[in-house]
Amino acid sequence: MPVRYLDNSTSLANAQWSAKTRKQQWLSWLTWLLGVSLFILCWKMISDNTLWVFVEDAPKQGADLISRMVPPQWDYTPKLWQPLWDTINIATFGTLLGIVMAFPCAFLAARNTTPHPLIRSAALMIIVSSRSINSLIWAMLLVTILGPGLLAGILAIALRSIGFVGKLLYEAIEEIHPTPVEAITATGASRLQVMAYAVLPQVMPAFAGISIYRWDINIRESTVLGLVGAGGIGLQLNAAINTLAWDKVSMIFILIFATVLVSEWISAKVRKAFL
Amino acid sequence: MLSIQSLSKRYNTGDRALTNVNIQIPKGQVVALIGPSGAGKSTLIRCVNRLVEPTEGQVFLGDTQLTQLNNRQLRAARRRMGMIFQDYALIDRLSVMENVLSGYLGYTGFWRSFLRRYPQDVIAEAFRLLERVGLESFIDKRADALSGGQRQRVGIARALLQNPQILLVDEPTASLDPKTSRQIMRLIRELCAERELSAIINIHDVHLAQQFADRIIGLKAGEVVFDGEPEALDTDMLTLIYGEEDWNPQTDTEDDDSVQTQTPDPIRMGAKVAMV
Repeated sequence: MPVRYLDNSTSLANAQWSAKTRKQQWLSWLTWLLGVSLFILCWKMISDNTLWVFVEDAPKQGADLISRMVPPQWDYTPKLWQPLWDTINIATFGTLLGIVMAFPCAFLAARNTTPHPLIRSAALMIIVSSRSINSLIWAMLLVTILGPGLLAGILAIALRSIGFVGKLLYEAIEEIHPTPVEAITATGASRLQVMAYAVLPQVMPAFAGISIYRWDINIRESTVLGLVGAGGIGLQLNAAINTLAWDKVSMIFILIFATVLVSEWISAKVRKAFL
Repeated sequence: MLSIQSLSKRYNTGDRALTNVNIQIPKGQVVALIGPSGAGKSTLIRCVNRLVEPTEGQVFLGDTQLTQLNNRQLRAARRRMGMIFQDYALIDRLSVMENVLSGYLGYTGFWRSFLRRYPQDVIAEAFRLLERVGLESFIDKRADALSGGQRQRVGIARALLQNPQILLVDEPTASLDPKTSRQIMRLIRELCAERELSAIINIHDVHLAQQFADRIIGLKAGEVVFDGEPEALDTDMLTLIYGEEDWNPQTDTEDDDSVQTQTPDPIRMGAKVAMV
């Protein structure tokens, strides 16, 4: 222990205290040393592999790109309303579909509500596989299977959302107070009734918050799904970049920015309402 | 009425919570279960309605052997046992009325309860109970808007809506102030008398136990070491249950009957300062 009596007596006057023992202090220093060395090493490797010629004129290139972007091509907007509406639809329906599938999954995956450990493993498996694949990759796979279009986008968003909503919701379920569950069980209620009366009201605020947060993320994610052909404003973005029409690109950026702002505002309102 | 026969409970961790407990409780008797923390009081009442599964022994409620029931039968039997909790165990985000009506869950199906469709006579009974416990003006309040004493009254109304034959009461006053504690104990006592209910009340406060119970059972390390009238509980018995301590009321700081203003002992204060 860190407390030492210098003179081998038990006199309080000479007792010394430090948060760490000698050994812990040495270990701490050694870890820092290793960490800093590793950082410097990596820094050098990245620097060696960078073609500095390109980096040197980066400010010029950047300024050039921006000059091509301004002014944005304002009269391009009428052609963007439809894809933007598609994007919002992909995000919203995708989120709804994801929530519908994630909800039962979360109850099966939470340690305190699962009917059987094997079912729990299966539910966790679904959640993990959904989480480990990015929406864009889901979209690529689905476009190959279903062909390009909104449907692929909606399903891609839904599949990715299962993992996100499922994981956060089952963690919320595992953190509920156990005594209301005991109390409802003690009335002779069935398992389903215990879930509906003791568990659901406790996780409702978390569930609303998680869902709306995921919708918010999905608005952003669905703007790029068009890059792989899954519909939405990303299609236009891709086309504009390919034709080097930077004034159109900046117009699309402005619209996406505005949409994300609005979705942030809506989700803040909803979260407040559900507390 | 309730018969607990050679009941033992060993947790998976190997801890013995209860050892060979035998208790018979006749109809209408209010029993206080006292004992130090960890003596097995909570485990004992949870073994009765099998929120905790007993390891050995039998529990009978009337003619029903509770320890042998399958899931469906157990649910039906639990309706006859109302439970009241230390921290009230209400559903905070539901209204007072919904909390009381949840006492009827064992009698109704999932969808009816999910859609809050309760029979008219049950609703009427819930109103009557809320009035009886003095909460008629709080029906539509959310449970977390109530004070501790009011919440415990909701808990009591919920237990009574089950129309039970026995109440299992786990530390009903541990989170309440002395005055509210007495009111709650008196209410439980009165309701037991009105409805001829038996009750097992786990309680820390020995004075409350002596004041409101017909019979006191002392539990120590999972075994019954005292079982008798409240008057028979003297300082020797308290020492037997809780261990060596000065039970003299003059030095008993937990005695909330007499509000004593204690003058701090200057020598002990001095000692404390030196410690710091």
